Amino acid sequence: MIGLNHYLFVSAALFSLGVMGVLTRKNAVNVLMGIELILNSANINLVAFSRYSVASLDGQIFAVFVIIIAAAEAAVALAIVLSMYRIVKSVNLDQADTLKG
Amino acid sequence: MDPTTVAQVIFYFFAVLTVASAAIVVFSSSLIYSAFALLFTFFGVAALYVFLGADFLAATQLVIYVGGILILLLFGVMLTHKLYDLDLKTETFQFFPGFLVMAAVLLTLTGVISKTQWVSRGERPLNPTTIAIGLLFMREYILPFEVASVFLLVALIGAAMIVRRRRS
Repeated sequence: MIGLNHYLFVSAALFSLGVMGVLTRKNAVNVLMGIELILNSANINLVAFSRYSVASLDGQIFAVFVIIIAAAEAAVALAIVLSMYRIVKSVNLDQADTLKG
Repeated sequence: MDPTTVAQVIFYFFAVLTVASAAIVVFSSSLIYSAFALLFTFFGVAALYVFLGADFLAATQLVIYVGGILILLLFGVMLTHKLYDLDLKTETFQFFPGFLVMAAVLLTLTGVISKTQWVSRGERPLNPTTIAIGLLFMREYILPFEVASVFLLVALIGAAMIVRRRRS
């Protein structure tokens, strides 16, 4: 029988893969993909607990808010990436060191 | 086969699809492969939502993530490379420390999940959720709902402000 633990394991795998993407990727857009993976794993947790643990819809409401935040974050982050590309001519994060002393 | 076995097989299929395509997102060296693997990850997560009885959220996931955020990310990939730069490779750095952190996080989380006794107040029945979610947004969660709408407006204006060309 599929229980709460199955969803939590899937979400843990997604979360650690997202952390790996954020930590090791050079390309800024790829780091954003890692952040989306992390947000999705949090969403799976919220919805799974809302079904199996508290038996109410509050977790799904929270998941909707997470999706809203993710959309806004993607828009703003891509704006930053585009203007960074215009200035540095690259989206590699190790070349965005203008503020480095 | 009885229905629970079929449900288990379908669940494991979508779980493996989600995790495997997420691994492609993280480990593939081509940006385009990463973006399209992310499409399958989002589809897999939407299927998991269906399994959890969250029909409205599954549709929202498809519309916003696949239709919005993924297209936005693809725009980001396309706009930040020269047109002749067809292979769109990306490099990694600090691969080994990052891998160690990933393994540590994964082991800790799986250990905690398998050791904890989760308290359950009963399973929510698999009913359609759209009406209930709409009523919750218009009653208990009306203030966060309005704040979120203002927040989206602010993010929209802020993104346009950041990316506009300065007159020089």
